[in-house]
This record gives sequence, structure tokens and C-alpha cells, in this order.
Amino acid sequence: MSIDMSQFHEAFFEESFEGLEIMESELLTLDVGEGDVEIINTIFRAAHSIKGGAGTFGFMNVSEFTHVMETLLDEMRDGSREVTQFAVDSLLESVDVLRSMLEAARDKTEVDEDMVAARYAVLNNILKENGGASSATDDAPAEATPAPLANEQTAEALWTVDFIPHADLLMAGNDPVRMFRALSELGELQVNVDLEKLPPFDELAPEDLCLSWQLTLSGDVARSAIEEVFEWVEDDCDLIITSTGGNALADSPPIVEPAAHVEAVPEAAPAPATAAPSVNTAASDSPAAKKSAAKPKKATESASIRVGIDKIDEIINLVGELVITQSMLDQAGDDLEANADTVGNDSESQKTNADILLRLSKGLAQLERNTRELQDGVMRIRMLPISFVFSRMPRLVHDLTGKLNKKVELVLSGEETELDKTVMENIGDPLVHLVRNALDHGVETPDIRRAAGKDETGVLSLNAYHQGGNIIIEIKDDGAGINKKKVRDKAIEKGIISATDNLSDEEVNNLIFAPGFSTAEVVSDVSGRGVGMDVVKTSINKLGGRVVVQSEEGKGSVFTIRLPLTLAILDGQLVTVGGESYVIPLIAIIESLQVDRAQINAVAGKAEVYKLRDQYIPIMRARAVFGLDDSTDDLHDSLMVVVEVDGSPIGIIVDELQGQQQVVIKSLETNYRKVETMSGATILGDGTVALIWDVNGMVRVHNKKLNKGLIKA
Amino acid sequence: MARILVVDDSASMRQMVAFTLKGAGHEVVEKSDGVEALACAKSASFDLVITDVNMPNMDGITLTKELRALPNYRFTPILTLTTESSAEKKMAGKQAGATGWLVKPFNPDQLLATAKKVLG
Repeated sequence: MSIDMSQFHEAFFEESFEGLEIMESELLTLDVGEGDVEIINTIFRAAHSIKGGAGTFGFMNVSEFTHVMETLLDEMRDGSREVTQFAVDSLLESVDVLRSMLEAARDKTEVDEDMVAARYAVLNNILKENGGASSATDDAPAEATPAPLANEQTAEALWTVDFIPHADLLMAGNDPVRMFRALSELGELQVNVDLEKLPPFDELAPEDLCLSWQLTLSGDVARSAIEEVFEWVEDDCDLIITSTGGNALADSPPIVEPAAHVEAVPEAAPAPATAAPSVNTAASDSPAAKKSAAKPKKATESASIRVGIDKIDEIINLVGELVITQSMLDQAGDDLEANADTVGNDSESQKTNADILLRLSKGLAQLERNTRELQDGVMRIRMLPISFVFSRMPRLVHDLTGKLNKKVELVLSGEETELDKTVMENIGDPLVHLVRNALDHGVETPDIRRAAGKDETGVLSLNAYHQGGNIIIEIKDDGAGINKKKVRDKAIEKGIISATDNLSDEEVNNLIFAPGFSTAEVVSDVSGRGVGMDVVKTSINKLGGRVVVQSEEGKGSVFTIRLPLTLAILDGQLVTVGGESYVIPLIAIIESLQVDRAQINAVAGKAEVYKLRDQYIPIMRARAVFGLDDSTDDLHDSLMVVVEVDGSPIGIIVDELQGQQQVVIKSLETNYRKVETMSGATILGDGTVALIWDVNGMVRVHNKKLNKGLIKA
Repeated sequence: MARILVVDDSASMRQMVAFTLKGAGHEVVEKSDGVEALACAKSASFDLVITDVNMPNMDGITLTKELRALPNYRFTPILTLTTESSAEKKMAGKQAGATGWLVKPFNPDQLLATAKKVLG
């Protein structure tokens, strides 16, 4: 039977990467010293599964490498080896190597052999150290051992097999009849039964096997083939295999492990008939497995997603309800038609009509609910718990604190908070950067902390939660906080602000997100060279999110990221400008208000500003941005949407405010081209297309036009 | 053909074993750990159980012992899938009451040949 093993590869890779994550997170919780056996066991099991699967699916290098790791883990598990920090770190690094080996196998690319060899050397060195019982090389996986098949003689032979089962042989599900059938497939078989031990009928225990047999087998049969038939019952019987005449080499040597368990063999036996079961079946076929694996195939990493059964069930239920609603509407429609055709204008038929219309509107209301719920349900398929990203952090913190000689406790909470897969994929790097930054610049070294009267172990906490249709992720450290004076000086030096600018504390703190800003006195390989915070901000903005920092000197900092739940659907405010409908992302909007003339000020030489409570905010006319005729000089009673752009509010004047609604985002870029002021488009309920504003882009365009004098100040 | 219960926590191995056996005309039920498998075995009958040894919740050795303690499974062939080729690990399965074993890595042909050994 030829089966294409590559069809199972995807599942194998998926579970192997999961296994690696388990190994990594468990290794991080493993305490040096005794080592929790349960934890080691979990790590061992994950490694073991990867090894087994890799061997089966033809990834021999992965299987062999995992085997060495497994040997080390096995020694830790049975207590013959102490759990040292070095061993744990080595295993963690081995997990990384294994990951790249698996990625290479998946993507059909070359693995970095030097890296693998280096890792082998480290692991084997650990294994060679005292404490371990064996070195991995002694106990290489079965597939690596060449089978000693050379000794096999398969000339025409005559074999006699004395098979004396123990009474309980049947109890494990073995059946002599099946063994005889297997033997008869090897050659010509003669079966003689010995009834001597059979007790009288009334003493007969039906489950006991009281028969024994003498078998004669002739043909082109190797001893190992006979032994294989009895492989599983060797401890449940006395077995003597003798070569009688023919050309068989009677004393062909036993295959492996002589004297392993010979106690069942009578002295007369010419060779230990109970030689250990041959493992060669596996070995002899591995070249074939290798061959099938080597077949070049296109590397495609299909994007797949694991979805909980409960979510699928919910959707199926909803679809069921939708079908019911549909048939209800269908029925009402048919009735309405029939009624219109057959009856006149009498009160009776009017009553029927009213009744049908009631049903129709009920059905439509139900349809609306169904649609909404179905949409939620389908959206939830794409939602994954943020633990996918958070789970990277313990390793990161472990590695970094080691490098930086700092002590940090990582506290994760809200890991079950779900967010869209696309958002998840893009939030990982910014988060990693923020964590690196907190460890590098935030948390102080233990002696500085002690001097400041703090616990020498810093606390870094990551928290995620839902808030009004958004996801909030907080990265909080109890470190030194942002040094405002330093930040201000640096910003002036870099020309980001001018010396005369009067900034609030919060504005100063958020200067760290400005492009090219870095206050690190020493450029470390941890946070890099000042590329970072602005990139973090840009990536988060691209996701339709925002990031702000609050910080208190000496106490620590909190970075707060606000993200939309999903990128596919947007909560929007519909507005009208010049007769066209547009959508403003709700996440960007602070408030909407009616302009009061008294609050407008025209700053000399600059654009208009609006006094919103105790703050002056710039005013931007949407019509001006779009190059539409703008006859309204007086903005009194105009509608203004206050949005946040780069941390500061700005008021956008629109013609009309419509309702708020969820819209499905369609990409402009893929369907048309990039438009600076727009982030996408959507189709409204009435079928018209509405463009979705990119408020940052709007402001950029506005400022450009302003500078060129295209907009009057 | 036979009704076979396949137990393995690894989805890829389970798929491979199940696919191969189904291809040979057998009816296959898949479970991912010993606890699930035991519950399933109690409510249905099988001609053969093929179980991985290393599994979370309940391992294959315990599952074998538990199955052997059930009246319906006293003589049912039970095969363990093991990665260790050392006699010791195989014997653990045997002592728990397993009929035999199959050493990973194995290919579909070896699996079918082994299944044939116990299904007759």
C-alpha cells in the first residue's frame, strides 16, 4: 500500500510547533536543583512526540536531534542528573535549534548545519559529564542503526518449533491460531498438537491454554522470520526453534542482545530462542521513508487557524436559525402574493394582509438579529487569545534579564482576552519591543534598586482586557520611569521641539515616540539604536490603534496600547462632506460638537483654533482637504468632529453627522490604489460606497496644502 | 472488516494510522488520550485497540491495564505504539496486558502487517 505521507505533514508541523512552545514555557518554570518531575515529564513527553512523529514522517535529522534532548531529559526525570541552570539554558537553546530545523523541513529549505552541530556538541558534552547514565550516541534511535541482517540465511531449510505456551497466553489477546497462519505464509507448515496437559473436562478452565504444539516448517525461511511471529509471546511460552537438516545454518548467530532473558529456554536449546525481538522491521524500511520525504515539493505555508468546536457549533446553530427565519419570510412572502392575487379589497383580506405584514416585519427583525449574531460568530473564528503573544514573553524576559544582570518578575494577566488573528500577528513585535525597552531602560539593576529603597527584583506586568469594543494592552514596570528633563533636552537637541515649547508632563513623556528619538546613554544590543519607539507607534497606528505612555520618575512607567478588536470590521461614524458619505473610525474620535463662534480664534498667520474647554485645538475643514468649494466663512453652528492625531486633538469640520455603524472594511489599495487621506472603503446599507478616513493622512494633506498656501489661513 | 480504536495525542500520527487502516477497509475511531479512549471503549466494542504510550491525562500503559480489567476487553488485541526500542519499555506494555507493540517510526505497510497479525 502506498500512502503519500506528506498529507500528514501539516498536522505534524502544527503539533510540533505547539510541542516546542510547551517545552519552552515548561523549561522556563523549571526550578534549578531537584526539578519538578511533573514538569520534566511534560517537557519529555513533548520532545518524545516530536521525535516519534519526525521519525515516522521522514525528518530524520529532527528525530535524531530530539533524541539527544530526550536522553538528557530522561536522565533529569529519573533523577540521575541534576537540573542545572546550564542544562536548562542549553535545552532552551536546543528548542530554538529544533524550531529552525522544523521550519527548514516545513519550508523545504536548508538548515544551518553549523548551528545544529554546535548544539549537538553542547548537549553531548552535558551528557558526557558525570551524573548521566548514558551518552546519547550509545543509544541512537532505531532508524540510525544499520540492521544486522547480513547474518540472515534464507536457504531452503527445515525448522522444528517446540511451542509450549503458558496457561495465560490468551489473556493478552494473542492467539496461537493466528501465529500458525502467519507461519504457514512463510513456508510449508505441519502442526502437531500435544494434548497431554489437557485436564479432565470438569477441571477445564476455558480461559487457560493447556495445549502445546510441535511445528515443522520447511521452505526458504529465516530464523528471524519465525522469531518475529513469536515476538510478542516470548515471555508467555517456552519456545525452542531448531534447525533440522536442510541447508539451514543451524547456528546462525542470535540477532541481538544475547542472554537477555534466557531463563525460559531449556538447556538443550542450540541458540537462545528468545533473542530480543528484532527491531529491524523499522530499520529495514526507513530508507523508503527517507525517499518519500526527499521528494521535492513546493513549500507552502498555508495560513490556517485552529478554532474551538464551541465556536463552530455556535455558528452552525446560528445558520440553523437563519434558515428558519428565511423560510418564515418565504412563507410570508408567498402568502402575501397569494392574498393579493385571489382576494379583493374586503376587510377580511385586509386583515389577512395586515397579519402577513406583521409576520413579515417580525421575520425581518429576526433576520437582522440572526445576521448580527452570525457576523459576531464568524468574527469570533478569527479571534485568538492574546496568550499566543504573551507566551513569548517569559522566554524573552528570562534571556534578557540574564544578559542585563537584572532581576525581574514577569506577571501576565488577561491572557484569555481574544483579539483578531491579523491584529495578533502584527502586535507581537511592538509588544516585544516594549518589553525589551522596559527591561533595558525601565527596570534598574538590583544595586540601584536597593539604593532607591526598592525590592531588588523589579516587576514587569502585562495585562490585556476589553474596554468598549477595544482591546487594551498595558505594559507596566516599576522601574525608574521616564526622566523628563533628559527627554526634553534630547528632544530640543534633536530639533523635535523648540526650547520655548511649553509641554505638559504627558506630552514630554510621549516625545519618546517621536522618530529618531533615543535617550539610551549606552547603545545596547537589547533595545537597539533608537529605532524602536517610533516604529512601535507606527506599527500600532497601522493597526488602527494608539499607544500612550504614563510615567512617574522613580516609580515606573505604563505603556497603554489601545487596539480595535478586528481589522475586518470597523466601528465608524458616518459623516457627510460635499454630498458624499464618509466613515470616520470611532476609535479616533474623542467627541463631536456644534461649533460656538465665541470659541474660535484665528492665530496670527496660522490656521483657526478652537477653544475646547481649557485647550486650544486646531481646526481643519474637511471640504478644504478635499478641494471642495467652501463658502462658509462663519463656522458658527457647524459640526465638528474632534479626533486624536498623534496624541493631540484636532477638530474636523464636516457638513453633516449621520449615525454610527459597523462597516466592513474593503481595501482601496488592492482594488484601486493607495489614497493618502483614506484607509479603505465600505459599502453602506443602501449600496453606496463610502470611503473611510485616515485622519492622520487627512492632517498630513491639510498641512501640505496649508504650507503651499492652497488653503487660506 | 474490523472495528479499531486508535489512541494517540499526536494528531499527525493518529491521522496516519487511521488513514492507513481505513484504506485497508477497517472502521476506525480516533481518540486523543487514555481517558477519552477508555470512556469510548466502555460504550462501544472494538476488535483491536492501537494506543500510543506517552500521552497526557492517561498514558497507554494505564489505558491497557484499565481495558484489560473490563470484561469485554479481556481478550481484545491491544497494540502499543512505542518509540523506545529497548526491551524494557515494550515489556511495560506487555505486563500491562498488551498483545504486542509497534515501534515508531513505522510506515503504513508495517502498520498493516502488524494489524493483520492480531486480526487474523
